[in-house]
Amino acid sequence: MTDIMIGVLILLGSFFVFVAGFGLLRMPDLYIRMHAATKAGTLGIGFTVAAVAVFFGTLHTVVIALAIFFFFLLTAPVGAHILGRASYVSGVKPWEKTLRDDLAGCYDVNTHQLSNDPEEKQRQTLTG
Amino acid sequence: MSFLDVTVSIGFAMLSLSLVLAFIRLVRGPSLSDRVVALDFIGALAVSFIALYTVSSRNAVYLDAAVVIALIAFLGTVAFARYVEWQKEV
Repeated sequence: MTDIMIGVLILLGSFFVFVAGFGLLRMPDLYIRMHAATKAGTLGIGFTVAAVAVFFGTLHTVVIALAIFFFFLLTAPVGAHILGRASYVSGVKPWEKTLRDDLAGCYDVNTHQLSNDPEEKQRQTLTG
Repeated sequence: MSFLDVTVSIGFAMLSLSLVLAFIRLVRGPSLSDRVVALDFIGALAVSFIALYTVSSRNAVYLDAAVVIALIAFLGTVAFARYVEWQKEV
């Protein structure tokens, strides 16, 4: 019974990691790729690590498995946000079918400061 | 060969396939950021591989390596992000 549970967890985990890898290859632009790799990857790692925790069942393993999972849960969004911001500032263009880009014109090119003053944004769109 | 061994083998196969896909993105990636995302994902894949290997070898010691790789992968992503943000146009 436990074996079946562990097997199902392993299959689910490797399936979601595979989906993440597939999305990383197939998605059209950097930001969508990042979304695929981060979310599906975290879910897949959660499942595989849960399989390890169920397989051994000792306190030591369960604590380490939970630590790995929560660490990924915390760092994956932070890392994706840092990298996404850096890419946007350094000029990686979104997909051409993207409908709206709320950050357009909000970043100062030289200082990388974000300003969300609506009047300033309007002036920029009027002049530029 | 028990059910568990079969699922571990299938899991290894899917992870390897996923590693190949991530490597194709790492080589092709039009921008530097795509390569950084692929590298970050390969780090996550390594953690997944180690978790599967822990099950297949029935030895819980390997799980500590997964913790370390998770830490290093995050630090690497942050360092690369700083580099991406402040690199000069060539």
